[in-house]
Amino acid sequence: MFLEQLLNGLQLGLVYALIALGYTMVYGIIKLINFAHGDVFMVGAYLGVLGYTVWKLPFPVAVVVAMAGAAVLGVTIERLAYRPLRVRNAPRIAALITAIGVSLFLEYFSSLRFVFGPNYRVVDRPFKDVRWQLGPLGISNIQVIVLLTVIALLLLLQFVVYRTKIGKAMRAVSFDMDAARLMGIDVDRVISFTFAIGSALAAAAGILYVMAYPQIYPFMGIMPGLKAFTAAVLGGIGNIPGAVLGALIMGMAEVFTVGYVTSDYRDAVAFSILILVLLVRPAGLLGKAGPEKV
Amino acid sequence: MSERTRSVLVAVVLVAIYVALTTLRQAGAIDEYWSQVMDLSLIITISAVGLSLIYGFTGQFSLGHAAFYGIGAYVAGYVTKTLGGSLPLYVLALAAGAAFAAAVAFLIGLPILRLRSDYLGIATLGFGIIVKVVMDNTDKFLPAMGGPRGMLGIPQVTTFGWIYWAAVATIVLARNLVHSSPGRAAIAVREDEIAADIMGIDTTRYKTLMFVLGAGLAGLAGGLYAHRYPFLHPTSFDFLKSLDVLLIVVLGGLGSLTGTVVTAIGWVFLLEWLRNVLPQDFLDWRGVIYALVLIVLMILRPQGLLGGRELVLVPRREPAKGGSSHAAA
Repeated sequence: MFLEQLLNGLQLGLVYALIALGYTMVYGIIKLINFAHGDVFMVGAYLGVLGYTVWKLPFPVAVVVAMAGAAVLGVTIERLAYRPLRVRNAPRIAALITAIGVSLFLEYFSSLRFVFGPNYRVVDRPFKDVRWQLGPLGISNIQVIVLLTVIALLLLLQFVVYRTKIGKAMRAVSFDMDAARLMGIDVDRVISFTFAIGSALAAAAGILYVMAYPQIYPFMGIMPGLKAFTAAVLGGIGNIPGAVLGALIMGMAEVFTVGYVTSDYRDAVAFSILILVLLVRPAGLLGKAGPEKV
Repeated sequence: MSERTRSVLVAVVLVAIYVALTTLRQAGAIDEYWSQVMDLSLIITISAVGLSLIYGFTGQFSLGHAAFYGIGAYVAGYVTKTLGGSLPLYVLALAAGAAFAAAVAFLIGLPILRLRSDYLGIATLGFGIIVKVVMDNTDKFLPAMGGPRGMLGIPQVTTFGWIYWAAVATIVLARNLVHSSPGRAAIAVREDEIAADIMGIDTTRYKTLMFVLGAGLAGLAGGLYAHRYPFLHPTSFDFLKSLDVLLIVVLGGLGSLTGTVVTAIGWVFLLEWLRNVLPQDFLDWRGVIYALVLIVLMILRPQGLLGGRELVLVPRREPAKGGSSHAAA
C-alpha cells in the first residue's frame, strides 16, 4: 500500500514537474509568472486526445503533434501578448495581468462550441490499462509510460540546456539579459525558444495527465497549473532541478493526503507545505536568496 | 475653493446621488436586476478599495483577497443565521465578519508579509486556496455553514442604503488614510522598502496595518454580500474571484483610489451589459471578450487607466507622487 502510494505520488509529481519546468524557465528568463501555461497544458491535452481519437494518428505521433501544436501556441502567445509589453518596458504587473487575460482567453475560447466545447468529456485511453503485480507492488502500464516519458524528456531537456548552443544562450539570457544582448545573443529568439520548449513539455504533461485521469474539459488546466507553478516556487523559481523537486513534493503530498487522511483536504496540504517552506526558505528549497537589491 | 466648502459640496453631491438612485429604484426605473448589479458593483468596490490599500498603496502583492471577502461573508452570515437578523445583530454580524477577516489577516500577515513580491503573491494564493478548501468543509464542524452545498437561510437585510453608505465610508476612510502619516509611510514602503526602512519607517508595522485594514474592508464587503444575495457558496470566493479584484486594482491604476472605484463599478457593469447586449448565440463569447478587453487594455495602458492620478472624488491636498512603476509585481 505504502509503495503504491509512493508510486502514485511519483507519477503525479512527475506530471507536475513537466508543467513546472515551463513556468520556471520562463520565470528564470523574463521574470514573468506565465499564468497561461496551465491552459497551454489543457490545449496540449486536447490536441493529443483529438490526435489519437478523431484524427486516428498512432499514439506517439499524436503526442508529437500535440507538443508541436502547443509549442506554436506558446510562441504565438509570447509574440502577441508579452513581447509588446516587454518592448515598451511596461511594469511587471502589466505583464502578469496580461498573462491572466491570455489564460482566461484560452479557457473561454476553448469552451466555445465550435472549438472544444464547454463540457467535461470522458476520453478513451489510447491502449488498455494493464496492471502487473510485482510482489507487494501493483504497477500499471500507464505508470510505466508516464515514468519513462518524463524521465526521457527531463534528460532531453538537460541535454538541450547544458550541451547545446541555444541552451547556453538560454542560461546566459537568464543570468543577465542585457549583458547577453551585448554579447550578440538574439534575446527575442531565445525567449521564443524557451516558450516553445516549455509549452511542448506542458503538452506532453497534458497527455500523460489525461491518460492517468481520463477526462478533459477547458478549465482542467487551472489547478494543475497552479500546483505546478507552486511547485516551481517551492523548489526555487528559475531553478530547473528545484522545479522537479518541488513538483515531486507537491505530488507526494497530494497523493498521501488522499491516501491516508482524506481527499477533502487534498488541495490544502500542498499549499500549506508551500507556505511553511517559504517561511523558512523565502526563495524556495533550492533557490538562492540573493542579496537584496537596493 | 476651500477645503471646507469642498467637503460640504462633496457631501451634498453624495446625498443627492443617494436620493436620486433610491427614488429611481423605488419608482421601478431601475429594475430589480439592475439594482442587484448596482449593489454588487458597490460591494466589489469596497473589497477592491481594500486591495488597493494593500497592493496599490503599500505594494504588497496579494493574490488571496477573495479569502478575506469569503471569511467576512461566512462569519457574518453565520452570526445572523444562527442568532437572527434584527438590526443590532446585523450590525454585530458585519462587525464580526470584518473583524474576523482582519484578525486572520493579522495572524497570516505577521509571518508572510516578510516575503517579497512574487513570493508573497504565491503565499497569499496558497492561503486563498486553503481558505477555499476549509469553506468546502465547513459543514464538518459547523453544519449551518453548508460546506460544498453552500449556505442558505441568511436573513436578507442588506439594503441599498447600507451598501451605498458603506462604500462611501470606505472611500472616505481610504482617502484620509492615504493622506495621513501612516498612509505616506505605506507609500514609501511601496516605492522602496529598503530606503523606507533606512529612513526610520517601521516597514513591518505599516505593511501589517494596511494588510489588516484591507482585509477588514474585504470582510465588510463579504458581510454585506452575505445579507444581500441569498446563497453563499465556496466557489464565490475562489482564486478567480481574487483575480477579479486584482484586475480592478491594476486596471484602475495602482495607487489611484479613483481608478479603483471607477474600474470596480465599470467592470461589473461591463460584464452585465455584455450579458444583455450579446445575442443569444454569442453569450458564450462573453468570457472571450472579457479576456480580450483585459489583454488589449493592458497592452495599450500598462500603467492602468488612471495610472496613479486622482479625480475630484478624492481631492489631493498636495501633489502626491503618482504612479508606481516601482511597485513590485
